[in-house]
Amino acid sequence: MDYTIKIGGEAGQGIQTIGDTLARVFSRSGYHVFTNQDYESRIRGGHNFFQIRVSDKPVMAAREKVDILIAFDKESISEHLKEINEDGQLVYDSSALGVIEMGSDVKLNTLDIPFTKLAIEHGGDKIMANTVAIGAILGMLRMKLNILEDIIKDTFKKKGGDIIQANVKSAKAGYDFAVKNCLTCRFTPADTSKAKMLLNTVEAIGFGAIASGCKFYSAYPMTPSTGIMNYLAEKEKDYGIIVEQAEDEIAAINMALGASFAGVRAMTGTADGGFALMVEGLSLAAMTETPIVICIGQRPAPATGLPTRTEQASLLFVVNAAHGEFPRVVFAPGSPEQAFYLTNKAFDLSEKYQIPVFVMFDQYIADAEWTLDGIDLRNIKYIDYRLRGEQLKNLEGYKRHKITETGVSPLGVPGDSVHLIVTDSDEHNEEGHLIEDAETRVRMVQKRLFKKLPLIKQEIAPPLFYGNAEPDIVIVGWGSTYGIMKEAVDILSMHNKIAMLHFSELYPLPDISKFDYISIMKNARFSFCVEQNATGQFARLMRAEMGYEFKININKYDGRPFTVEKLVGEIDGWLRRL
Amino acid sequence: MAGLEDYKGLQPAWCPGCGNYAILKTFKDAMVELGLEPHQITIVSGIGQAGKFPHYTRCNTFNGLHGRTLPVATGIKLANHEMLVIAVTGDGDCYGEGGNHLIHAIRRNVNVKLFVHDNQIYGLTKGQPSPTTMEGVVTKNQPFGVMSEQMNPIALAVALDCSFVARGFAGDMEHLKNLMKSAIQHKGFSLIDILQPCVTFNKINTYDWYRQRVYHIEEEYDTEDRVEAFKKALEWGDKIPIGIIYKNNRPILEERIPVIKDSTLVRQQNKPINLEKVLQEFY
Repeated sequence: MDYTIKIGGEAGQGIQTIGDTLARVFSRSGYHVFTNQDYESRIRGGHNFFQIRVSDKPVMAAREKVDILIAFDKESISEHLKEINEDGQLVYDSSALGVIEMGSDVKLNTLDIPFTKLAIEHGGDKIMANTVAIGAILGMLRMKLNILEDIIKDTFKKKGGDIIQANVKSAKAGYDFAVKNCLTCRFTPADTSKAKMLLNTVEAIGFGAIASGCKFYSAYPMTPSTGIMNYLAEKEKDYGIIVEQAEDEIAAINMALGASFAGVRAMTGTADGGFALMVEGLSLAAMTETPIVICIGQRPAPATGLPTRTEQASLLFVVNAAHGEFPRVVFAPGSPEQAFYLTNKAFDLSEKYQIPVFVMFDQYIADAEWTLDGIDLRNIKYIDYRLRGEQLKNLEGYKRHKITETGVSPLGVPGDSVHLIVTDSDEHNEEGHLIEDAETRVRMVQKRLFKKLPLIKQEIAPPLFYGNAEPDIVIVGWGSTYGIMKEAVDILSMHNKIAMLHFSELYPLPDISKFDYISIMKNARFSFCVEQNATGQFARLMRAEMGYEFKININKYDGRPFTVEKLVGEIDGWLRRL
Repeated sequence: MAGLEDYKGLQPAWCPGCGNYAILKTFKDAMVELGLEPHQITIVSGIGQAGKFPHYTRCNTFNGLHGRTLPVATGIKLANHEMLVIAVTGDGDCYGEGGNHLIHAIRRNVNVKLFVHDNQIYGLTKGQPSPTTMEGVVTKNQPFGVMSEQMNPIALAVALDCSFVARGFAGDMEHLKNLMKSAIQHKGFSLIDILQPCVTFNKINTYDWYRQRVYHIEEEYDTEDRVEAFKKALEWGDKIPIGIIYKNNRPILEERIPVIKDSTLVRQQNKPINLEKVLQEFY
């Protein structure tokens, strides 16, 4: 079982609600789910879609072929008709869209479902049309309705029994209609199993922050990072977090630094465009050695670019951002699970070494939902590296920027004792007071940079190696392309000795003494670097830092994510030519 | 009880005769009279001659970037609202580079105290005009005179319904000390614009120039009348009022955040607890 359902229509038609609900029904049924979205920078109208892939085997990328296309506007049909599989189904409501005339050469199963009519008849309100549609899809798939009924009960708990009943009836009406009328439906669901978790990357980052003891989040809204702020704001009360919407990104990073200085774990988040404004604050974090986690959601740029679409074109910006030289760590999770654990690791390293740590993502991975069997909360690392209360009080001669063996100075909480916590954006002495002399300057650079850096490098995990152990072909990527590359490897491994190297802990680049990924690439006949950008930024980083040059770069910069088919096609095309 | 010696910091590197010395002395006196200990205070400063201020006394210090004192101060105050947080900046720092942050700090009404050393010039970069330099003043980089209208921070603050607005003068230390104490005792965002002669780069707004013009606001003046306050705010020229120009009792940001109703954020349980609940929401 491996089906793809695409729901298309205008913004404001409830596409997201239908998609979210269906995905939840599938994940609670124990199936593996992958969803992705495509939307325009507008609140109403335009053409948007929500795509769900559901399977009894793990899925981690979108497919190009669609089994069920539900069209709420004509554009959904004209845009996506050719994506429908041979025995797929086009579903629409002719009372809304008119009868769709197919060319005589188009062989297609269509199912005309009167969503609105059924909603009024069974639910008493045309607003239930979306519930009818959800029921109808479950009917087409021959799945059961009970999980949907549970979700309806949860969702409308506050609205009361009548609304719940109306929705349940509407779902049933859609379900029955599909079972009765979809004579060409040949879908066979696999057995259900234990419910799975379903989450997207921005939620995973938010959850990871909560699990890491984040107490303060300041940000300015910007797609695709806004979801983190919304998620954390919803949890403010339960988990004792302050979420502050700043007047701009400059204020956002400075507020987070203030909160961190005062003694709480703090994070800020933005898009790469917003990060451009934060850059001086990054340098401030470095000089004052104030821990901070910075989440950056990439989107096609320069400038405003394609605001709601995807790209990986700010890697070198983030790696090199800010004036001066200082250590930083950059993570780019490839899945919500990685996002959760890397956010936790970001908080830990940031506080342990008093450095800025980045969690980078992009629109595609931000919105994409994945299923997980679960998260083991025992794997969360939480060590409070700050000196508080008695611990600080009992110190003699406290110095905020004391030069130590490791370069890491005691991080005291201001006000907890008579010890004063002093720091400065100017070069400073161990006490934190501004200085001008050359000798102190040199000692401080050595402390901040050269002493800490080797220790930080030790913390960076090697890339994920997947596929043939002695590959002829290696495909390499970072961040959001993880699932797509992994599925491509599965397909291509039928006829090739192929493997993948995926980097989620990007910078500093992992040390090859632990795991020699350079040799793997060198020993392969072909190495492909797969990136969603025009110039191959990771490839350039690899060349600059490791002296390794990829044989082939596969780049995509149209603002749309790779699909498995497209990536397989590209690699296959190269292999035929080479 | 802390005494003046507890507030003795590094030797200042300001020009002899700089108005900042008087502000520094006044600040120390005010802290001692309020019975505050250095570790109970955090000063956030920016860049400019005023930015060096916290190094010349003793307190917790975050000497950050030019223009960014207020966001840092806001973050500190939200994390620990029991801490006295004072932002010390200059006119270029706060009214120029940090103008947007000033507007929004006033709107938030976070209980931060803002002391602006307003010398109507850029000192650290040697004599360029600041937002409060008077129109027509000729400077090194404005050979035809300043063409922009002089900014009126007091009127701006009153227009934004700032919780506490005052103007002080470095040449009137007793008066300034009382303003500092009033600002600290007031609950709400408090701005004191402190007229501070720059003896090196501002040859117009000198001690004498200010002394001839400043006057203490009348005792019968109603500090809670916003319309009167706006009129008072517009006075500048032959007569410049110093004192509390406006105050109100708007609720402060910290009191509006339920999370810190019973305890400061920094004192709360840091280790994450009860994660099962949030985990379950994903099923």
